[in-house]
Amino acid sequence: MPRARVLIRPKEGILDPQGQAVERALPALGFPPAQHVHGGRLVELGVEDTGQLDEMCQKLLANPLVEDYEVELLEQ
Amino acid sequence: MNGPAAPTAPHRELGLTDHEYELIVDKLGREPNGVELAIFSLMWSEHCGYKHSKKQLRKLPTEGPALVMGPGENAGAVDVGSGLAVAFKVESHNHPSAVEPFQGAATGVGGILRDVFAIGARPIATLNSLRFGELDSPRSRYLLDRAVAGIGHYGNSIGVATVGGEIYFEPSYEHNCLVNAMCLGIAPKERLIRSAAAGVGNHVVLFGALTGRDGIGGASVLASAELDDAVDKRPSVQIGDPFEEKKLLETSLELLDRGLLRSLQDLGAAGLTSSASEMASGGKVGIDIDIDRVPLREPGMEPFEIMISESQERMLCVVEPDKLDEVLAVCEKWEVRATAIGVVTDTRRLRVLQGGEIVGDMPVEALVDDCPLYDLEPDEPDEPIYEPPPARIAAGAPAGDTLLGLIGAYNIASKRWAYEQYDTLVGSRTTTRAGAGDCAVLSLDPDGGEGAIAVAIDGNGRRVACDPYTGAVEAVLECAQNLACAGAEPLGLTNCLNFGNPEKPHIAWQFVRAVEGIAAGCTALGVPVTGGNVSLYNEGLEGPIYPSPIVGMVGKLGDPADLPAMGWQREGDAILLIGPFAPALAGSELEKQRGELSRGLPAVDLEAQAAAHALVRSLVAERLVSSIHDVADGGAAVALAECSIASGLGARVNLSALSEEGEVALFGEGPGGWVVSVPPEGADRVVRAATPVGIFELGQVGGDRLVAAASAASLAVSVSELRDAYEAGVADRLR
Amino acid sequence: MRFGVVRFPGSCDEIDALRACETYGDADVLWHRDADLKGVDAVVIPGGFSYGDYLRVGAIARFSPVMGAVEEFGRDGGPVLGICNGFQVLCEAGLLPGALLPNTSLRFLCRQVAVDVINRDTPWTRAVEGHKPLSIPVKHTTGRYYAPDEMLERIEASGQVVFRYHAGHNPNGSLNDIAGVCNEQGNVVGLMPHPEHAVNPLSGSTDGGLLFQSAARVLAPAVPAA
Repeated sequence: MPRARVLIRPKEGILDPQGQAVERALPALGFPPAQHVHGGRLVELGVEDTGQLDEMCQKLLANPLVEDYEVELLEQ
Repeated sequence: MNGPAAPTAPHRELGLTDHEYELIVDKLGREPNGVELAIFSLMWSEHCGYKHSKKQLRKLPTEGPALVMGPGENAGAVDVGSGLAVAFKVESHNHPSAVEPFQGAATGVGGILRDVFAIGARPIATLNSLRFGELDSPRSRYLLDRAVAGIGHYGNSIGVATVGGEIYFEPSYEHNCLVNAMCLGIAPKERLIRSAAAGVGNHVVLFGALTGRDGIGGASVLASAELDDAVDKRPSVQIGDPFEEKKLLETSLELLDRGLLRSLQDLGAAGLTSSASEMASGGKVGIDIDIDRVPLREPGMEPFEIMISESQERMLCVVEPDKLDEVLAVCEKWEVRATAIGVVTDTRRLRVLQGGEIVGDMPVEALVDDCPLYDLEPDEPDEPIYEPPPARIAAGAPAGDTLLGLIGAYNIASKRWAYEQYDTLVGSRTTTRAGAGDCAVLSLDPDGGEGAIAVAIDGNGRRVACDPYTGAVEAVLECAQNLACAGAEPLGLTNCLNFGNPEKPHIAWQFVRAVEGIAAGCTALGVPVTGGNVSLYNEGLEGPIYPSPIVGMVGKLGDPADLPAMGWQREGDAILLIGPFAPALAGSELEKQRGELSRGLPAVDLEAQAAAHALVRSLVAERLVSSIHDVADGGAAVALAECSIASGLGARVNLSALSEEGEVALFGEGPGGWVVSVPPEGADRVVRAATPVGIFELGQVGGDRLVAAASAASLAVSVSELRDAYEAGVADRLR
Repeated sequence: MRFGVVRFPGSCDEIDALRACETYGDADVLWHRDADLKGVDAVVIPGGFSYGDYLRVGAIARFSPVMGAVEEFGRDGGPVLGICNGFQVLCEAGLLPGALLPNTSLRFLCRQVAVDVINRDTPWTRAVEGHKPLSIPVKHTTGRYYAPDEMLERIEASGQVVFRYHAGHNPNGSLNDIAGVCNEQGNVVGLMPHPEHAVNPLSGSTDGGLLFQSAARVLAPAVPAA
């Protein structure tokens, strides 16, 4: 069964406090500062029909009002 | 005797002594196989077997008129009228929290919730008592942050209000933090159930989450040894799922409401092993477990792994054959997995089967009843056990500066940062919220009861370090004092005894004296101990924690409407201090801030204390006082400051009658003091009523400053300055 | 009149919501698996952690059978109130504009706040009189209201902002201090604060009761004010 990986992240321009928290925490641990950190979600799934992935993202896996998503088909 | 020995001896790697191993061979009549050794090592661990503490715990009083369920079951319970019982217990999850504080604290809450609904009570509230090193340490800030987040995550998600707690910071906890979680539940008395298995031929049914490798050798092993290097123990930590537990809770209560279960037990430390063993022991029966029937989360798990897995959110029950289908149907309705995995037998043995073969066969008595119990060898030390704490407040500083230093000290400053992360409201029972009073108050009306219950959790480890006996007496008194602020009469007490390594004579001395102190306090107040928990070996290379007997108490009051608040109500009201309050600097927060730790605390007159509790309860019940606040950390001046902060109103007082020494009058600590305010026309009546137990007329509410004179000392600090210091003390450190 | 209170696996405040509704009318539980609203006059979707907040708050709950019936009820003009998680579910279902994002503090926050009632024309706010803000508690981790610029302007212009946090009381960074909104028709309202925890005088405030009282009055004018 083909497997896909979906990456979901907040749309550009939306305040992302999770990303900001990571940005602040890294220098506090002694690392050089990281730029433009964003936090998101990963969903991996095996699907019969990869053609349905886009609709799955639109309807359930992401909230298109506030999130962008990226689908990657994985090598078997 | 744990000693460095040949590291390859498997029983030693599992924490058993050579002597214990010999006992096992003797009881089995042969050498144990791998499965049996793993099972014995857990059942005979300190955490499960209470080897070093059980004999001492027998000193605690366990009888009381309101007692419905005493020690020995998953939780204790007391009668609160109207056919209702309140179940409650406190438990520790210290070692897992030091390793992974979010999940450690979260699963600590999960575990204590299960203990309460395992006896048939619906959890309605939790409280927590936390101890960390000083907040100057990044590690302590990290542990505090994650532990509070974990407690909030679990309690909020499952929909049980977190209504109270306490957090203390002391250097001795830097390498061994404490996370103690208490839970209260409510049930009609006839729904309470015991865990003893019964009925030969009955099914043993496992329901809840899948079984994985969580905590293999987790809580039990960690709690039976001192922590040196925690990093590689991380995979042993259990992961909690509050959503799963919510379903488990509803399932359990519905099964009980419909009378479908013969007995019920939750799976905690040592998983199936301890649950099945304890159920069989309680019922004097045997249990056969077919591990092929246990639903697994991971493939290829070995028999011993399945038996000792600490995967969370699982329960075990005993069901008569003709009720099995209905039980499975109820579980299915709540979308909870349920499987019959075993059967009750008359063999009085715990047998583990795989593929039709017996892979483990042990007498239940050997696992539970015959676990070796050890005598402690207490010896009062000549030398101090602890380093003195670092000094922060200079001796000779003006009293006003000292007050600001104390009100902003980590142990005293506002904990709003923490309690605002907890849902304190769900269930609509909370009438006095976290931060609003000396104890939490929960109305019984939503459950068909009358009046309300009050609950508090307390335990100042530093004072117990000064004097284990008196410090422990004070812990019991402090808890009851807080309940008295709501006019609540204590019905029962639960305790969690957090100590260092009991095999060391000075720790044994602390433990023995502290247990004796709790027994004395409970006896004087007529409060039975309904159950509790012991956490030992809280020490490392840097030394032991302060002896920390943490006490949770439940009390009953009448109508909770119009209870006196903590803060002043009106300008002109008279301010009084009631009780046999005899302040001293020994063991006080000021003494700590000056870099000292006394040896010994002044003796306590228990009869006088008990009389004062009764009098204060009656004043509150009759609504004769407008406000009330218990005097605790920081002494009278801090209590007065807290009343001013809560109200926005200042006060003008003279504390000279409390002591000839100004500092002692202002900042001295000790049991038996309550600050109250009363309308001027009602003051005489209160003074007359309180005279037999002790009363000091301090002054009046008014103005926008706290102005206090005490013999040669004096202070005048604005309420807004006090509030700023109070609100910033902890919050600013965590920014 | 009868309220229907939806119950998902993971709902926490449904008992509190039932109690609040029963102060002003009768109330039934609507189990998530049944697409049957049992002929109730108004629907309340309560707070909690439906489906454990898995994937995204409210994302799974919105597809349960009962929500199909609630969506139809709402589109037909029936009064629907979404509280906290209920508000999140209604946004996910498209019955309300916008979305709820994590609080800027990234922490759960439980606190009494002052909330101004901006739109008095919904069935849930008609009983509110005067200009004093309502004292109601919030308790959530994901309550920051967000809508893209154009949508936000439209909501403001058309009077779809129903509640706003009083100055200084915004606990989560919501745009324009928005605490609650309604649909274009005005019959479906969502808010983050918990009115059901401000009904009993012992809770310290009875202001929340006004929302349930409003609905009861609108649907059964003969019901005496509690």
